[in-house]
This record gives sequence, C-alpha cells and structure tokens, in this order.
Amino acid sequence: MQFHKYDVVIVGAGGAGMRAAIESGQQARTAVLTKLYPTRSHTGAAQGGMCAALANVEEDNWEWHTFDTVKGGDYLVDQDAAEIMAKEAIDAVLDLEKMGLPFNRTPEGKIDQRRFGGHTRNHGEAAVRRACYAADRTGHMILQTLYQNCIKHEVEFFNEFYVLDICLTETADGPVCTGAVALELATGEIHVFQAKAVVFATGGFGKVFKTTSNAHTLTGDGMAIVFRKGLPLEDMEFYQFHPTGLAGLGILLTEGARGEGGILRNDSGERFMERYAPTIKDLAPRDMVARAMATEVREGRGCGPHKDYVLLDLTHLGAEVLDAKLPDITEFSRTYLGIDPVEEPVPVYPTAHYAMGGIPTNIKGEVLRDAENVVPGLYAAGECACVSVHGANRLGTNSLLDINVFGRRAGIAAAEYAKAHDFVDLPEAPEVPVVAMVDKLNASTGGERVANIRTELQQTMDANASVYRTEDTLKQALHDVQALKERFDRVAIQDHGKRYNTDLLEAVELGFLLELAEVLVLGAINRKESRGGHAREDYTTRDDVNFLRHTMAYKQISDDDTTKKTGFGGLTADIRLDYKPVVITRYQPMERKY
Amino acid sequence: MSAPTTEKPGTDDSRNDPAAPPPAPEGSVVVTVKIRRYNPEGDADEPYWESFDVPALPTDRVLNLLHHVKWYLDGTLAFRRSCAHGICGSDAMRINGINRLACKVLIKDLLAGGGKHTTISIEPIKGLPVEKDLIVDMEPFFEAYRAVKPYLVTTGNEPTRERLQSSADRARFDDTTKCILCAACTTSCPVFWTEGSYFGPAAIVNAHRFIFDSRDEGAEERLDILNDNEGVWRCRTTFNCTDACPRGIQVTQAIQEVKRALLFRRV
Repeated sequence: MQFHKYDVVIVGAGGAGMRAAIESGQQARTAVLTKLYPTRSHTGAAQGGMCAALANVEEDNWEWHTFDTVKGGDYLVDQDAAEIMAKEAIDAVLDLEKMGLPFNRTPEGKIDQRRFGGHTRNHGEAAVRRACYAADRTGHMILQTLYQNCIKHEVEFFNEFYVLDICLTETADGPVCTGAVALELATGEIHVFQAKAVVFATGGFGKVFKTTSNAHTLTGDGMAIVFRKGLPLEDMEFYQFHPTGLAGLGILLTEGARGEGGILRNDSGERFMERYAPTIKDLAPRDMVARAMATEVREGRGCGPHKDYVLLDLTHLGAEVLDAKLPDITEFSRTYLGIDPVEEPVPVYPTAHYAMGGIPTNIKGEVLRDAENVVPGLYAAGECACVSVHGANRLGTNSLLDINVFGRRAGIAAAEYAKAHDFVDLPEAPEVPVVAMVDKLNASTGGERVANIRTELQQTMDANASVYRTEDTLKQALHDVQALKERFDRVAIQDHGKRYNTDLLEAVELGFLLELAEVLVLGAINRKESRGGHAREDYTTRDDVNFLRHTMAYKQISDDDTTKKTGFGGLTADIRLDYKPVVITRYQPMERKY
Repeated sequence: MSAPTTEKPGTDDSRNDPAAPPPAPEGSVVVTVKIRRYNPEGDADEPYWESFDVPALPTDRVLNLLHHVKWYLDGTLAFRRSCAHGICGSDAMRINGINRLACKVLIKDLLAGGGKHTTISIEPIKGLPVEKDLIVDMEPFFEAYRAVKPYLVTTGNEPTRERLQSSADRARFDDTTKCILCAACTTSCPVFWTEGSYFGPAAIVNAHRFIFDSRDEGAEERLDILNDNEGVWRCRTTFNCTDACPRGIQVTQAIQEVKRALLFRRV
C-alpha cells in the first residue's frame, strides 16, 4: 500500500474534473485520479454544442436561457443554480475560446451559434441560435482543450487509478471528507490519498441500460461510492433518453442535426413532431421527442422490417452542410449502419443518455449529507452531481455547460477550502473496505458470471424502466434487480492477477451499477406522477402538490452491520426515500407546452 | 498455438448454468480470433498466440469479439476500451497486421470470401512496451505529445470577448484538431519502431494543430523543438500513419506542412 498527501484530490478527468483541476491546480497542491487516460473520458463523445447567450448571431440573453432550462426541466430545476449557470455560461464559453478551443466561426470571425432543442427566444416564441459549437465535435474539442490546459498548468495526473472509496472522518459536527482510496490498475496496488478536499467528477451510469450512448466505463462509480457511505443521491429516477441513437446500437447522433434542420419522420414520411410540439416541432426538449418517437412506434407507425424505429431525415441539408457541420455523425451512420445520410434517412430510436440526478450539491459544489447540511471537504460536479440545473429533463448542450460552470466552481471552492483548513486525520485503516472488497471478489468461487448478471440487468432496465414506465413494469424491474444483487454475491472472476486486472474491475463496476439501478427504480416507483424524463403511464400528469420536490435516497446502514466494514456486502440494505424542496425564484410552475 | 476448448453456445444443458455464454445469435458465423497474449505474472516469459472461436455477426465490431472472449471464454484477457464508437481512442490495436480501432472495424469487412473460415489476428500496437495482452504503456507516447507544447500560446492582455478568427483561418488547422491521441499513427511508423525517441506522427499532428492556428504565438518555439534530431526530419513519408488514422487525418501531409514551415520559417 502506498500513501500520498495532497491539498486537493480530484476524482475523474472528464470535462468537470479537468475544469476543476485547472482552477485548483493553480492555487493548491492538486492530484487528479482517473480510471481512464484523461482524453478517453466520455465528455469527448458530446457533439452538438454548449449554450450561452452570447447573442453573436441573433438577440438573446441569459434570462431566456434560465427560463428555458427551468421549463425544460419541468420545473424541478433549482432556479438559483440555473440562473448561475446561464449567467456564467457566457464567460465559460469565452474562457474555452481563450484556452484555444477551435469553435466554428461566423462570417465576422465570432463564435458561431446554432439552434438546439428547447432553447428559445423570449420564453418560447421560437428556436434561438444559442449553442456554440465546433462541427459535431464540441465535446471532443472541450476535452482536448481542457487536457491541453492541464498540461500547460502542469496538473498532476494519476492515470488509470480507480478510486473505490472515500475517507470520511467522524467529527462532533458530522462527517468530514479526508481522502480517497484507489486501486492502481497497472499494478493492483492500493493507494491511500489523504486530502483536505476531494472533488468527485466521475460521470454517469448509462451502463445500467442495454441501449445507451454511454461508454462501457460509465458505471456510476462516484455516485455508488458516496451512496455506500450512507450519503444521499438525488432525483435518480430522472434519466434522459436521447431521441436520436442509431437504431439498435444506441450510438449518439447529435440533436444539432435537428438544429441544422434535420426532420424526424414516421413510416408514412410524416413529420410527426408537428403533432406533438406545434411551435418548435423537432426541436422540442428531449423527453418530449423521445416519448413521441416511442408512441409512433407503439402505434404502428415505426419504420423498418420490425417497425421499431423512426427516421432522421438529413437528405435535404446537402453534402456540404453535413460535411462542414455534422461530419462525425455522417461517418458514424456510414460506418455502423452502412447508410449515407446524404442519400437516405437514418434509422434512429431513443438511447439511454444522461443522469439528471446524482450526488446532491449546493451551488459551490459542496456535497450534501441531507437536505440542508454539507460534508465539509467533499465536492462534486458534472454528470455525477445534482445541483440541480437539469431538474426532470436536461436541455441539450446544458451538460457541457454544467461541467464547465460547476467544474470551475467546485475547483475554486475546493482549493479555497484547502487553503483555509488543516489536514484532518484519516479514519483508522481507511484502506480496509477496499481491500476487503477486492479480496472477496478474488476469493469467490460462486458460479455467477459478471457478464450474465450485467446483461440481465440491462435487459430488465431497458424493458421496464425506460421512456415509459408503470407501477407494474417498475416493480418487475425492482424484483429483477434485487434478485440480481443476490446473485452478485456469488459472482466469481477468472483473473486473480494484480496487473491490469480488468476482470476484477468489471465486477466492481457491476456492483456499482446494481446499486444505482435499484435507487433509480425505487425512486421511479415512488414518484407517482409524470414529469420530464419520468413518464408514468398510470400517472400521466405532473403533480405539483405532492411531487414538486427532489427525491433524496439514502442507503440504510446500521452501525452494527458487519458488512459495513467490508463496504461490499450490505448490497441488499434497505433504501430510505426522503425529500428536499425545489428552489423557486422567478418562475412559478406552468403547463409545459412547445 | 494453444486452442482452448470453447463451450458450444446455446446447448440445452447450458440453460441452467448461470455462467453459460449466451446462445449464438441468428445469422452469426464462427470466426477464429487469434490474439497475441502476454501476462507478466503468468508462466510464459514471452508473448504467445492464443486462438478462440467466437460467434460473430457481420455487423459486429472486432471489439464485440474481444468482449465475447473476455466475458465468456477467458476473463484474464486484458485490453482497453471505452466509448466503443471511435472517439475515445482507447482501443487502437493491430488487426490483421494493420493499426485500427477495434470498435471501428466491422466483421463484414474481414470475412474470408467464398464461405471460407475466417481468422482474425489481433496484436498490441507496436513500438510501446507491452504491459499485458493488448495493453501497452502509453506514457512514452504522451510524453512526446507533451513535449511539443500542445496548448495555445499567446502574449499580451487577453481580450474581453473572444478572439476573432476567420472561417478560412479556422479551416487551416481543422484536420489536425480531430486527433484523439489513440497512437494508431505513431505506432504504425517504421521510424518509431526502430527509434523510439522519435516524436512520432501524433505529436507532430498536435504541434501542427497549434502552429497553424492564427491565434497562436508559439509556432517558433514548437518549430525549434521539431527541428531537433528526434523531430520531423526523421519522417520518411511512408504514409503508414495516414493509412492508420481512424479519424481520417492527412497525417503525412500535416508533417510535410510542418517541414515546409521549418524550411521557410513561415506559417
């Protein structure tokens, strides 16, 4: 075992982690621990753009952006946070440009902007050009630019260090975060990092679903680690399905394709979004478009031999526009479906894409331990966090914005905290839970296989907890997930080596996924309304009287629980659901129409 | 060559076995995946080949086959992967002797014609130390990348708004902004294989990305670095790098442009 001491430890090197590192690294001794090489992070898969009311091509202002974000999130958004994000968006984009990001340009040489779903002029009048972009590679450019600037500022990375636990030290005022424990993938060695502040920027958990735009490595590690410590997760039932995944594969095709004029069509060639969102049609928010697509397919108007997808028509845009503004998705379609979007429409269907919920934080990125109090020294930002700027449904581009605005804020807050505080002692033997978890997996001789449990998990989540949900389907999912958790107790791995044991890694990841799937499903069962990305067929309307509030899910861990020490068993512990009020400043909830 | 017996997918008695692999999908054919193995903790001192028979659909990616091996046949197989659609750059490997991303090669493009049995060989990328199976040590690669100052260098006060840049100036370096640092180009380069100290194509591509950016003021510094013994002059224009690039970057052309800039000291 090795021991390290840093002022600030950042976990994760996607957009949020590296944006935090650029701030923190210049003020405090900072280490970035990352499961992947930084440039492998899934921020790089984001395509369409990053919204900011620059008003470079038409009139716009941050208040309209705030309103769109709140309405897009079906009024579950914390409005103070949304206002900060929309205001700071402008500087966030300009900062990236100054760091070198190669945005597409207007004829005057300014940053160009394109239309995106749910982003409108003057509170819903028409779609507005707000998304700053670099072709359909905006996420790639953000990831590269942030990594480049981390190199410039000599940020210290620990690549392929898989963080498996945080250290919480109990004090008279509650728990304080004092470090993190990581497994070095190259050697199998355990490393304990003592720190004054820890920032979690670990990304999402799309791999609970079968059809997803998410990378194999997006297994909710950070969320699950925090949850296992008895800290809450917020609004986990709100999961976004991106309307345009390549049919059958789930590979993302940017909403920017519709921003540039692409049209969704059913089997008769009808532009069906005109029926669902008469004003902004194909540029309605993602939850509405995904439901419309699912409805078209259910009602027999789907395309293809099994009538199980719809078509994204880009043929009228012409080769030149596709080449200049949408080159990557054009290539994805050619490579993976053998379909050239210049010539024919592309088969698409909703794909699991983004977690609106996550680790609850305040606007400084401080992690909450309940509805009011923070865990000193612990921060979170990006998809793993829930501020909540996305509420019940995130608008397109707001995730790239979120990682830049709140990544920066968390980095600054963590560094300032570190400068103002002394090291607090680590808890006794902080490595024990991780060592016990690894040892248990290594020693298991049970007959269960990681891949089979994972496949069954993903199948039940796709079938029972996706775009449309009912009490029955969700209870089926809960039953399945709980049965799979029991089976997971008997999971065995084949690789018992130390070095690059990715067999072990996948088993650990599966444990995290199972944990989070249960939280998602339980929250969804309990939320007897339809709001944003959570659409209940047995409760079809929004219920502001009973459910205009955030769900807070806690894992119940009793002090005498012997499994607590191992951090591994206890997988079947009960979950307690509680609530947190929504912050409403400017906008009272209204009916959501587009 | 060792050939482990593989369970027949989908046989009746497998149904009650929780560890059984899934039944072979309809329309799949069995292909042989021949993998260059190396386990630093294992019995064999040297790398060796191992073959697995795997059911494959024409639309499968090579990555699906590697997953089938890892998930159902041999959990000790080690390789990197993440996004699975060609943008994270994790899974560069030598597939049938050519550097490719495993997630961007479809089986239909590798199938032997005339109903003949297909064998696909997979090795780690060359020129970097092998750590385990298909995983190589990427540090020397990233070290070369870092050495070319791959970030925007500017002087003077920052403007309050964005720097202006014409679309033509932006287009000048568009091709090299696409790099995902997968190392497919660098590890396809014969010069890099024999002289590991050579910066390699990827580092030069990333220097190009800034040298030809109208906003950047660090070109001279970078050109000096690339004028070094281990710099651009090592390039023998074999075009392996251009062929290998999964992003379609005209790598050799970018290197030539840097050479030209050095000769004329003008970008």
